[in-house]
Amino acid sequence: MSLIEVKDLAKIYYGDGVQTPALSGVSFDINKGDFVAIMGPSGSGKSTLLHILGFLDRHTHGKYLFEGKTIDDYSDDDLAHIRNKKMGFVFQMFNLLPRTTILDNVKLPLLYSDIKESGWDKIAKDAIKAVGLEKRIDHEPSQLSGGEKQRVAIARALVLKPEIIFADEPTGNLDSKSGKAIMEILQDLNEKDGHTVVLITHETYTAEHAGRIIRLHDGKIESDKIVDHRHHAKKDEFFK
Amino acid sequence: MKILYILKSAFSALRVNKSRSVLTILGIVIGVTAIMLVSVIGESAQSLVLSQVESLGSRTIAIVPGREPSGPADPSAAESLYADSLKMREIEALKKPSNVPDLEEAVPIVFGLYSASFGGETFNSMVIGSTDFLAEIFDIYPEEGFFFDEDDIKARAEVAIIGVKLKDELFGNSDAIGEKIRINGRNFRVIGVFPPKGQILFFNFDESAVVPFTSAQDYIFGIKHFNRIIVQAKTEESVPAVLRDIEITLRELHNITDPENDDFFASSQIEIAETLKTITDILTIFLAAVAAISLLVGGIGIMNIMLVSVTERTSEIGLRKALGATGNNILLQFIFESSILTTLGGLIGVLLGVTLSFLASIILGQLMNMAWDFSIPFFAAFLGIVISVLVGLLFGIYPAYKASQKSPIEALRYE
Repeated sequence: MSLIEVKDLAKIYYGDGVQTPALSGVSFDINKGDFVAIMGPSGSGKSTLLHILGFLDRHTHGKYLFEGKTIDDYSDDDLAHIRNKKMGFVFQMFNLLPRTTILDNVKLPLLYSDIKESGWDKIAKDAIKAVGLEKRIDHEPSQLSGGEKQRVAIARALVLKPEIIFADEPTGNLDSKSGKAIMEILQDLNEKDGHTVVLITHETYTAEHAGRIIRLHDGKIESDKIVDHRHHAKKDEFFK
Repeated sequence: MKILYILKSAFSALRVNKSRSVLTILGIVIGVTAIMLVSVIGESAQSLVLSQVESLGSRTIAIVPGREPSGPADPSAAESLYADSLKMREIEALKKPSNVPDLEEAVPIVFGLYSASFGGETFNSMVIGSTDFLAEIFDIYPEEGFFFDEDDIKARAEVAIIGVKLKDELFGNSDAIGEKIRINGRNFRVIGVFPPKGQILFFNFDESAVVPFTSAQDYIFGIKHFNRIIVQAKTEESVPAVLRDIEITLRELHNITDPENDDFFASSQIEIAETLKTITDILTIFLAAVAAISLLVGGIGIMNIMLVSVTERTSEIGLRKALGATGNNILLQFIFESSILTTLGGLIGVLLGVTLSFLASIILGQLMNMAWDFSIPFFAAFLGIVISVLVGLLFGIYPAYKASQKSPIEALRYE
């Protein structure tokens, strides 16, 4: 069974009597353990697609099945619980809470989970260790570099061991070296820990770290291909 | 949800905007302080008034001529109706053991403001005409000299015992005993000086001249009636019976069958105390209500700031929602923040209110030469804190609701 099943999915914004389609009929499946990149120029609908896939927004037409169940049956609170339990998010702007320690930032998803507070410290510290920032645990975001901030964001996305990680232009605000480090972590998460990863990017090089690229244009799928020569962040580093 | 953790994070969110938080709670602080101050001072004023009434003695009954006022618009409120209903005849009737068996003494009182002068000095003093039993009722005995007696009253003697302030104004440091002061064109020989006593109920004895009631009636006021009759019951327990007997006796004497037509009004010290208590209670509540308006203003300030805060933290709200927060989680978070703010404001207000009312009691005591007693008003403190928590909840709900309704993507997009 596919983790994600999308059929004729469309999102049309209605405003001022004008219909603006952001997505008009896309269909694809994503299986457990996949690493899929969604590409497209700005305005192609890739962010809208990610929001719908990540339960942050609802589609207006078509079908979206997550783990075989349609999203239409869920209330907003149900969606929040599923986001909390099964989805992790990494954003281009990092979206860390300012003046809040790394540890507390990573703990944030735990606040909305069923896990008892006594266990939070260990879980959060393990996630921070996984991205190699255990020495920065008491720092605040303003004391970190962009790459480190994004690693904190990944630790936060990981903390509840989600089924799927959505990364929205995670390297968009980073220099190439930090960006590579982020891609390495994402690839590791996908290959070693079996997390499904959906990556949004407009850079072909970054997208080629994924196993499959879906290209969007004007709200429609332009192409959906397996990547032949996949980049491996670690190996590239090795050859450098 | 982990209440303690939410509390902690709400605290740290407020710490991030320290100066704004402080300014925000100022309104609540001022409101609670004002309420505390008003209720504490009101309470002190009340106990002061009550202690004055009680200093009259719990066996005391006052009879006032005229009809009991039914309201401020009642013409008899000014004692214009039947104001001369109490005369010697009434005292004699009351003193008959067959009429009021438990009566110990009945004392007439006449009084009025008259200027007293000596040499070149003049002072507007309260002239009180009574008998020597007045000293016992008000517990005021001459410090120097002595009180007039039965013979002086019979003889309409022109003698006076004067209060300490009157003595100072007219005589300064020189001796007053034996000197003659002029009241309404008559010379009164000073036979005694009262010690400092201050205000007792309606009379400020420091500024008064006490003379035999007969002399006061004939030579000063030119009246045949009394302004008051003060009755002392034999025991505290007999007060209600004496009160009843007084009413029966006077009604019989005045041929009154319907109590509605009474031309006098008798009340015990306890009743007076209760009336005064009601008056001060109403005053305190009224003032506290005025102070409460500032709490309302403070609450609106909280709402305003919370709305700004919600807009400012739109992306934080979006992030929290993306990470799994439900609308209720967000609602709770912001309500916690506003409630913490107002509760802190309430606590500071209570501390400030207690401190200020303590200072006020000292200053008022000095100023009015009275013993203001001060006690920490636990009930007012409790109420102040409860109200400020409620203000936080009430005025925090709308901003928190707005926060909870934000869609996660809209909130995430916000820069």
